[in-house]
Parts: sequence; C-alpha cells; structure tokens
Amino acid sequence: MSMRTPLSKVRGLGSAKSGTEHFWHQRLTAVANIPLVIFLIWFCVSKVGADRAEMAAALSNPLVALMLVFTIISVTWHMRLGMQVVIEDYIHSEGSKLICLLGNTFFSLAVALTGLFAVLKISFGG
Amino acid sequence: MANSPMKERPLSPHLSIYKPMLTMMMSIVHRITGIGLYFGMALFVWWLFSAAHSQSYFDFVQGFVGSWFGRLVLFGFTWALVHHALGGLRHLLWDTGRGFDLVRIEWMARATIAGSVTLTLLIWIAAYAAR
Repeated sequence: MSMRTPLSKVRGLGSAKSGTEHFWHQRLTAVANIPLVIFLIWFCVSKVGADRAEMAAALSNPLVALMLVFTIISVTWHMRLGMQVVIEDYIHSEGSKLICLLGNTFFSLAVALTGLFAVLKISFGG
Repeated sequence: MANSPMKERPLSPHLSIYKPMLTMMMSIVHRITGIGLYFGMALFVWWLFSAAHSQSYFDFVQGFVGSWFGRLVLFGFTWALVHHALGGLRHLLWDTGRGFDLVRIEWMARATIAGSVTLTLLIWIAAYAAR
C-alpha cells in the first residue's frame, strides 16, 4: 500500500521535488536569446565609444529600451540556470553547494535588476 | 550521507585519460564561454548603470570600455556570445533527436568554430566601417 498522498501522485515528482522546468526554461530562454543576442551585439558594438547623450538618445527610443528589457530578463534567467548546472556538477559538499547556489541566484538577480533599473531610468529621461 | 567518512572509491575513467577530441573540446568551450558570458553580463550592466548614474561615472566606465583593453574584452565577449549561441543552436537541433550521427556532429563542430570566428570578425568590421 502506498503512503503517498493523492496530490503527490498527481504531481509525480517524487523526492526530486521538481520536474522538467529547469530543462524547459533553459530551452525557452535559449530560443528567446537567439534574436535578443543579435540585438545585444549590435547595441554593444555600436555604442563602444558613444558619449552619454548618445546613449540616452538611443534608450529614449522605446523599442530599444524594451529590447534591452527583454534581453536582460531572458539572459539573466538563462545564465542562472546554466551556472546552477555548473555548480551542481563541480561542487559536491552540501554546504558550499548551497552557498554557491544562493550566490548564483543573488548575482543573477542583482545583474537583472541593476540592468532593468538603469535602462528604465535612462529611458524615462533620467 | 553527509556525515559518513569518505572512503577511497574507484572512479570511472575521467577526462585525463581521453585523447582530446574536437567534439569534446566544443562541449568544454560551450561551458567556458557560458561562464565567461555570466560575468560579461555584469560588465554590460555596469556600463548601463554608469550611464544612469552620472556623467563623471559614465566617462570613467566608457573610458575603460573604449580603451584597447576594454575593446579586447568586448571583442572576446562578442566571440563568446556568438560561439555560445551557435553551440546552443546545435543543442536545440539535438533536442529534437536529430543530428547525432558522427559525420554530422563533426561537421557541425567545425562549422561552429568557423562560423563564430567569421561572424565575430564581420560584426567588428561592420561596426568600424559604420562609424
């Protein structure tokens, strides 16, 4: 006789606690990143020596600002998932692994939010 | 588990005993470029942040980005981005169950290297030609 609750049976995740989200989100963001990365490269390379007014002018275009918002969200999500796999592959002691996974989440979030804040501030005219 | 004493256990053959092969190096480079891009994105965001911060801070960061070293870093960032993206395309193809035969795997590995170097050079030539 199974001791599992009906909910746990329906979820079907067992002791792993999560299913295919990691795999799927990695692919989802990978596909999104294809056009976004082309935009990112264009943006970076065309603004290497630009002055601040030029940057502000570029970001005052809502399309450019929005593309940067999309890029930052998709890329930081993708890189958090990727780094998580790297950490899980190479760091075996539970304590260090936990700290690295926490650090990974904080780092990715910090990059994402700093980027989004900067883009929106410049785009809104600040 | 965490408290049990570590015993010397036999390990399965690992990296060091294999002859380096192109496909294996591509896999390793895919991961290394991913790690590089992880930190590269922080630099990108630092640059955006400086523009949002103040004129003097932006001048400082743009001075770094515009220097020969900054441009070298950005060139490396561009190549890593292109290489990782092309490698990612191969992975998306493999996810559909296609492209696993040895001939195609080898061909795609070579195409990825050639493609990433060519595209990176073209991007930079185009960027300099446009100014």
